[in-house]
Amino acid sequence: MSIIDTRTPDPKRLISGATGDWEVIVGLEVHAQVSSNSKLFSGASTDFGSAPNDNVSLVDAAMPGMLPVINEECVKQAIRTGLGLKAQINLKSVFDRKNYFYPDLPQGYQISQFKQPIVGEGKVIVSVGPDRQGQFEDIEVGIERLHLEQDAGKSMHDQHPTMSYVDLNRSGVALMEIVSKPDIRSADEAKAYVTKLRTIMRYLGTCDGNMDEGSLRADVNVSVRKPGGAFGTRCEIKNVNSIRFIGQAIEAEAQRQIAILEDGGRIDQETRLFDPAKGETRSMRSKEEAHDYRYFPDPDLLPLEFDQAYVDALAKHLPELPDQKKERFVSAMGLSAYDASVLVAEKAVADFFEQVAAGRDGKMAANWVINDLLGALNKSGKALEETPVSADQLGAIIDLIREGTISGKIAKDLFEIVWTEGGDPRELVESRGLKQVTDTGAIEKAVDEVIAANPDKAEQARAKPTMAGWFVGQVMKATGGKANPQAVNDLVKAKLGIE
Amino acid sequence: MSVDLATVKRVAHLARIAVTEEDALRMTGELNAILGFVEQLDEVDVSGVEPMTSVIPMEMRKREDVVTDGGKAADVVANAPASAENFFLVPKVVE
Repeated sequence: MSIIDTRTPDPKRLISGATGDWEVIVGLEVHAQVSSNSKLFSGASTDFGSAPNDNVSLVDAAMPGMLPVINEECVKQAIRTGLGLKAQINLKSVFDRKNYFYPDLPQGYQISQFKQPIVGEGKVIVSVGPDRQGQFEDIEVGIERLHLEQDAGKSMHDQHPTMSYVDLNRSGVALMEIVSKPDIRSADEAKAYVTKLRTIMRYLGTCDGNMDEGSLRADVNVSVRKPGGAFGTRCEIKNVNSIRFIGQAIEAEAQRQIAILEDGGRIDQETRLFDPAKGETRSMRSKEEAHDYRYFPDPDLLPLEFDQAYVDALAKHLPELPDQKKERFVSAMGLSAYDASVLVAEKAVADFFEQVAAGRDGKMAANWVINDLLGALNKSGKALEETPVSADQLGAIIDLIREGTISGKIAKDLFEIVWTEGGDPRELVESRGLKQVTDTGAIEKAVDEVIAANPDKAEQARAKPTMAGWFVGQVMKATGGKANPQAVNDLVKAKLGIE
Repeated sequence: MSVDLATVKRVAHLARIAVTEEDALRMTGELNAILGFVEQLDEVDVSGVEPMTSVIPMEMRKREDVVTDGGKAADVVANAPASAENFFLVPKVVE
């Protein structure tokens, strides 16, 4: 495969070494667990956390004579994901056997797709940032392919002094391997790319993206070169299981390679492991020990074929994807690109926002969701699913401000009350007497009292009109923040005779 | 196509089959005889011919996404040389 360089070296992404700047080149193979009830080729459950070997059929355990039968939903999920990656869908694909020997692979081979994957080339737009100026940069990362394959079982090495424990519950669970082109040029870009893939798949409902449960893992290919020079020799870092670790592994590996090259050494193509505790990568096996997978078409499975109408039907029911949603939030609801990006990053947040914004001012809803709700959730370490303030409650608070029933300041207090105590915001406003005072007579009385009590300040204010703000503050305080600030402002100025 | 002694040893290693020097030598001869026999197929020109995957026109069979199997951990490990708490036990492998 010839590699095409689609990016221009950008000084801000370069890594400086003793002999000048270096550019890191990254390509990722992301393994995403397909969301499905049963496995790719057997009727056993995909549930996480079941008792050992409980989700295992005789197919998954590779008992003699067992034959694989494909789960059509997994095929559909792969097609949906391919469509979400704007990729070519191959109407005919083939399953191959990838042969290797390991105790958690009872068949002695993994059923995968080699020469003819279900999904071909596509692309993903990734927003990288924000940088120090709060700016995002959009980059395009090419997708090489996406194919379906089986997951392996799980080995535990710490249960016994001389034996490893093998649980085949994961064995045969459907994975999508998504291979990027080597279009990524920094650890930040790699993290943003995986985050975007996860967002797209969560919107599509094709992978839950739960890294704690191993639903998303990545093999990271890293090489370095002098900016714009020929590609260097790459090393593959296997099985990195968190977005943060992906970033750390790339940085550590780039530094290791630069140090070797600057010492006049040579990079050996090899497979490495990332050790998060030490923050370094170490050799797992060299090219000489590399697996020879001896791929060949699986004789138990006919080619996977469907027609364009099948793909079109799936495309028709695709949900709105993050890029489209962001575009709509900006163009139809008047949000800033920044706010729209924040809201669409998690589908649950976008859905919550849309519920709050329905029939209300989009910008105001966005401010409340981002600054107040997400801020409070963040501060208390809660996920959106655990929010004490529902979309309806937040919507009601916004309505109360719009109607002029409460001031913006009181709204913040009301939000606090709903957050800690719950309840209907409208009733709370009544029962706690939070209503904004719009009765001019009452406000006038308060203004008169404040002016009468501070004759010297009133004198100063007449000479220096900016002092009026102090009176507004005092009146607001006297009315418990319930007076309409605009009315107070007007009255203070009128009473003091300032224009 | 033919294989040499080193290739035979490598294939045996990949399949985790212990082969003695003597066996490997004998197998080199046997495998080359088999390969020579199969090589006769090269006499047929198949350029432009799609590989045949089935003798009758049929599509890949598909399943619905429902759980129909599992819950038989004891059966699954019944034939294992060693097991504990329904885990398979194998000599320690840490890569």
